[in-house]
Order: sequence, then structure tokens, then C-alpha cells
Amino acid sequence: MLPLTIPFLATIGLATLGYFLGRSRAISVAGRDMRLLNALPHQHGLNTCFSTLLPPLAVMLIWALAARIASRKDVLLAPENPTLVYIILIGLAVAGLGLSMMRISRDFRARNASERWIMGLLIFASTVAILTTVGIVLSMVSETLNFFGQHDWKAFFFGTTWSPSFSGRGGDSQLGIIPLLWGTLYISFIALAFAVPVGLFAAIYLSEYASPRLRSIAKPMIEILAGIPTIVYGLFALLTVGPLLRDVFAEPMGLGDSASSVMTAGLVMGVMLIPFVSSLSDDIINAVPQSMRDGSLGLGATPSETIRQVVIPAALPGIVGAVLLAASRAIGETMIVVLGAGAAARLSLNPFEAMTTVTAKIVSQLTGDTDFASPETLVAFALGLTLFVITLGLNVLALYIVRKYREQYE
Amino acid sequence: MTDLSASKSGSLLTEDKRTAKRNAAEKRFRAYGLGAILLACLMLVLLLISIVTNGASSFKQTYMAFPVTVSQEEFDAAEGSILKTGAYNKMLQSALMDYLVANDLLGDATEDDVKNMISGEAAADVRRMLLANADVIGTEIDFSLLANGRIDGYFKGRVTRETAALDTKITAAQLDLADRMTEDGSMVTRFNWSFFTNPDASVQRPEAAGLGVAILGSLYMMAVVLCLALPIGVAASIYLEEFAKKNWVTDVIEVNIANLAAVPSIVYGILGLAIFINFAELHQSSPLVGGLVLTLMTLPTIIISTRASLKSIPPSIRDAALGVGASKMQSVFHHVLPLAAPGILTGTIIGLAQALGETAPLLLIGMVAFVKEYPAAYSSELGLFGEASTALPVQIFNWTTRSDPAFVERASGAIITLLIFLLMMNALAIFLRKKFERRW
Repeated sequence: MLPLTIPFLATIGLATLGYFLGRSRAISVAGRDMRLLNALPHQHGLNTCFSTLLPPLAVMLIWALAARIASRKDVLLAPENPTLVYIILIGLAVAGLGLSMMRISRDFRARNASERWIMGLLIFASTVAILTTVGIVLSMVSETLNFFGQHDWKAFFFGTTWSPSFSGRGGDSQLGIIPLLWGTLYISFIALAFAVPVGLFAAIYLSEYASPRLRSIAKPMIEILAGIPTIVYGLFALLTVGPLLRDVFAEPMGLGDSASSVMTAGLVMGVMLIPFVSSLSDDIINAVPQSMRDGSLGLGATPSETIRQVVIPAALPGIVGAVLLAASRAIGETMIVVLGAGAAARLSLNPFEAMTTVTAKIVSQLTGDTDFASPETLVAFALGLTLFVITLGLNVLALYIVRKYREQYE
Repeated sequence: MTDLSASKSGSLLTEDKRTAKRNAAEKRFRAYGLGAILLACLMLVLLLISIVTNGASSFKQTYMAFPVTVSQEEFDAAEGSILKTGAYNKMLQSALMDYLVANDLLGDATEDDVKNMISGEAAADVRRMLLANADVIGTEIDFSLLANGRIDGYFKGRVTRETAALDTKITAAQLDLADRMTEDGSMVTRFNWSFFTNPDASVQRPEAAGLGVAILGSLYMMAVVLCLALPIGVAASIYLEEFAKKNWVTDVIEVNIANLAAVPSIVYGILGLAIFINFAELHQSSPLVGGLVLTLMTLPTIIISTRASLKSIPPSIRDAALGVGASKMQSVFHHVLPLAAPGILTGTIIGLAQALGETAPLLLIGMVAFVKEYPAAYSSELGLFGEASTALPVQIFNWTTRSDPAFVERASGAIITLLIFLLMMNALAIFLRKKFERRW
């Protein structure tokens, strides 16, 4: 670990000092007549402050990263003696302070100089989003390649059995993704089969029929569902929905005796998705121009005929986009399936049987004692990458459709 | 008119068959819509009822009150023994026995029955209290001690005489004794403050489990998220909304942000595990790592809402500032940003509320660990926010995986606590929006 705390605090101290020094020097340069200065003393101070602060901070960041990478390859970038690090970093701060102080004169355009520093900070902040994506992809790709070095990729993508060996050392683990994908898709399908009609009808009623009074009550009610954390839905599935479905449907119909099932997780996830579908569809239905409704109503269609034959067809691309976004959300949902769907990977059509999903298996493979050399742990990264690629594909497609649709009526 | 209404094509006043069918279809369609809304609301109500009926009882706890006298010799002997709490446990058990015999409450309960009435956690509480005030040693102290989880369950309806008959950890005699002690006033059920302050407890002692560490851990993480996500998010939005030129780089950034908002949360957990724990070697289960992961998750939400509120500030404000000689940067920081602040704040609070309820990524970075000690915000060897901790939603998950039904009650109680926190945050956001929102 690089000893960075002391240089960090020292740099911040110097930068604070720099602000006041720069300011007072600007005032003295002006000879107390501010009109002679090109920039305000405050801006001179800011420029000195940033010149002192930012170069050492940037060096610290890059150095820390480089030292991390180097230490993984057993090269030591951090010297044994921290004094050298102190001298370099604090020296850099003092140099920045001195140089920017020397530049202060009546004609120095301190406002432009300080704003360039701020601009740099703003640009850096907006690259964090890119860095996050790069981090996600890099972290998963490298471990996934690692995994495929130990486990046949064909067996992973086309294997129909999921049975990791728990000893960790055995090569007898069968890690096929097909049963997990099946569980994921089955649960998502049930969730969407519940959420899409309910959400869509709710959105239609709220935007086309409801009185302002009903709308002001019902819309927040539905939106509360969106604000509830998924762990709460998970517990709802585990405590209430699961036992209820088992006692009312599964056992009398002879379909199984498990409280955790595809149906449980699917229905609860459907409830979670209702506000998602309804608020997106609401936006989209509202974007359909009123003139189209008026035209249809003027020809004698009833409101419901107008909705079915004019509004919905016009809004269809947007609604498809909303459903795709909901599907991506369903596929990536974790806590509901961890608590509601069960842990057994199986390929079955019976919705009252316990199955498991990609996300639930990522959690079970990566919690507890993990050994990053065994394929049983590394498979989680391959699962994660598969999940990321699927949801990314759905999101990009959905965003593209929604954007295209918005442009149509703008 | 009468001619027309009497004509063959039908009356305007009486529906013909086709119109009746169309009107019926209209009514049905409306009913479907209303039904959908009612179904959604019904689900919300069911969800809340389910959580409240399961969890409300966790805010009450059964305590036993009886006098205990610990002499100096007993205290020294207990502190000198290897199993310190075991020694205190014996003292408490004999004190309880004496109290029951003296008040003629014992009935048919055996000595073992009496011993198991007291929670295993009670001895540790007593020891802590005696170590803190040594001057009470030798005097008679009226302790109020946690009763065993099953006894507690009996008063909450979770344990009944039928289930007790099948349960090896509780006997009918103990339940009779509990009833007698209640009449006597030495067993009371009262509000459970320690639920909010106690740390987690072992699987055998659900009665002592609390949310203290989890609430503290969640607070630390929210502090990290607020300190990082707000400045970075606002800076990124300002750049993208006010300065960035329209080219492919900014396009890539924008598409990227929209995508990051929809990436499954578990993927952020994998990112945290690979980057922050394996690569940067930060400490597992620390609020710092949790906060960093949640920051990355919350950033897109904050950026999207900040950009929306920056966009809603009319260009005339910017033009006016530029017209009197402000630089572009000054117009943004002195005029646009203060006007957009309420919107930014609202978006940030909603983002924080989302982060507070997030569970899945925290599971992967090891926040499920059993943590008994309150984490310090700073420690010299582990750094800022480096001590192991849990978080509210993870604690809930942790409790649901335990087999004792008393933990289900605790988990539901924790959910009520979490929902109250979320409700307060959202109410604050709505209040801020209502109070400061300006329509241009």
C-alpha cells in the first residue's frame, strides 16, 4: 500500500493556503485598486488552489493504480522508504503553488485559467460512467476466460445439468447454463404475463378514463410498489405467496408440495413490475397526439374502440420497448428468486416446482468462502457476463425503439 | 324528428343490437382497466398487511424482572473463571429460583425448566452492567432480563401449547410458570428499544437479535454514497448538459449512462468483488466497499434526474448572466445550479432511498457476515469505514435464512423499520419538490 494519507492531507492543506496566498498577492499586485486587475482576486486564489491541489492528486491516483497492477505481477512500485513518495508528491504541490503564484500579475487571465481546471474536473466526473462499464466488462471477461481455461465452454453453454461439486477440488462438476436459463426465462415469462396486462390496463385507465381525483390517488399507490425494495418482495413470496399457492393450487392439484416455486417467484416479480410497465406505458400513451383520438371519436367510435384501434397501435412500438425493459429487469432480478424460487436447477414445465435462475446461482456461488482458483467460483463470472450481455442487448434494443418512437411524434 | 326515430334504421333513443354490443364492450373495457388498478392496489395492501402482521410483534419483547444480589466474592469468582458469562448465568438462575420459591410461584416446574427461562444473552447484559458500575455489587438490584425466545413467542402467539408439546426447547410447565409470573407482574412485555440498538445475535438467541449494527452500517454506506455520488453525478451532468459538444464521444457516454441505469444490480456486486476487493484489496464486508458499489449504482439515477432539472432551467437565465459579462462557467455555477438545486436534491434523495434498499450486490461483497461489534467509522489499521459491518436489507436476508420462526418475525420487523426509513426519505423528497419547485 502506498503511504498516501500524509501527502494527501498536506496537499489539501497547501491548496487551502494557496487560495488565500493567491488572493492576497493579487490584491497587493493591484496596489489595492481592483480595477487594474484582469481577474478578481477570488479567481486568482482559485487558480492557485487548483494548481496546487490537482496535479499531486492526479499523480496519486495514477500511481496508486499502477502500484496495484504492478504488485499483482510482483513488481514493487512503492518504495520501501515512504519519504521518497512524500518528497515527490509534496514537492509537486509546492511547485504548483510557486509557479501559479509567480504567474499572478495585473494582466493574468485567472478566470480562464481556473475554469480550465474546473472543466477538467467536470470531464473527469463524466468519464466515471464509462470507467464503470469498462470495469464491469474487464472484471467479468478476465475471470470468465479464466473459467473457460478450466472448464469446456461447450459444456457451459450447452450442458443441461447443473451440479457443482462442493468439495471444490473435483473435476466432476457439471456446470451447464441451460437449466438456469430455463428457470430465468420461465419465471420472467410468468412475471411478464402477469405484469404486462395489469400494468397496461392500469395505464390505459389512468390516462384515458380516470378522473383527476382517482388519478391523484391511484398513481402514487401504484408507484409505491416501485419504491419497495426487492428484499421485501422476496420475504412476501417466502412468507405469504409461496405457502398460499402451495395450499390452494399445488397440493390439491397434485403438482408438488414446494412453497418455493416458479409460480411464486413469477407472480411476486409480476407485482414488482406492474408500476414499471404502467408508468412507462402511461408516458407513451400520453405522447400519442390528442388529434388522433379526436379524429377517431369524431367518426363515432367509442372510447374503447379508439384506444384499441387508434391509440394502442400508435403507441405499440413504445409499449414494446417498455415490455423489453421490464423483461430485462425481470431477468436481472435477484432477491425475489433467491427467496421465492428455490435452489434446485431443473428443466421442467411444471410451474409449481422449485427451479433456480442465473442470478440466484451467482449469489450462491459467490457468497461464503470463495476460492478464486476453482471453476465452481469462477463460473459465477461467466454467468454474470451472460446475464450482462442478455440484459444489455434487451436494454439497447428497448432504448432504441423508445427513442425512435418518441421522435415520431415530436 | 318523430319520423326519423320511427324509421326502419332504428331509434336514437333505444339501442339497437349492434350499439348495445359496442356499449357493452366499452363497459367491459373500462371494468378491465379499473380491475387492473384495483388488483395493483390490492397487491400493495396484501404486501403491507403480510409484513405488518408478521413483524409488528418484533417491536415488543418479554422481560423478566426479579431481584439479584451479586456479592463481591461471587463477582470476583465469576471474573476469575474461564466461562465468565456461564458463571453469571448460574447466579441469575439461582436468583430466579429463589425468587420463585419465595413468592410461591414455582408450581410443578423443575429446576431445568426454570434455568431455561432466561435468555443466554441476559448473563452478558448483567456482566456488562456490573463492570460499568462496580458500586452496585453486594446490593440487591432489580434486573429486567430478556426471557427465552420461546417464552417471548408464547406471549406473541407464535408458540402455543400444541406446538410446545412437539418442541423440545419448551415445556408445558414453563408456559404455566410464565402465566403465573405474568399475573405476579414479574414477567412483562414492553416496547423493544433494544431491537434498534442491539447487534445481531446467535441462531439460538433470536430474542436478543437487533438492528443496531445494520442501521449503523447502512448509515455509513449512505454517507459514502452521498459524499461521492452527489458531487460526481452533478459534475458529470453539468458537463454533459451544459458544455459537451454533440459528437460521438458524448453520444457514447449518454447511451452508456442509460444502460448503466438498467444493468442488473447483481452485476454491480460482481464488479465490486472483482475490482474493489480482489484488485484494490479493500476490506471485505466493509461499509466503504458497500458504499462504493452503491455509488456506482446510484450515479446513473442521479445523473438522469440532475440533467432533467438542469434542462428545465430556461435559457433566458443563462443568457442574462452571459449578457452582463459572466463566463459560461460562472453562469452555470452562480445561476443555473442554485435554481436547479431542489430538483437535484429530490433526485439524490430518491437515489439514496433506492441504494438503502439494495441487497443483492451487498451479498457478494461479504456483508452477510455475522458482526457482533459496532463498526467504528475510522480505525487506524482498517482506515475510513473499513471495519466489518452489515446493512439493513442484508440483515433481513440473513434472518430469513435462519430456521427459528422467531427470526421471521425479526426480519419482518426489520422490513417495517426499513420501509419507515424509505417513507421518510421519500416524504422529504416530495416535501422539497412541493416547496421549492418552480414552473417556468
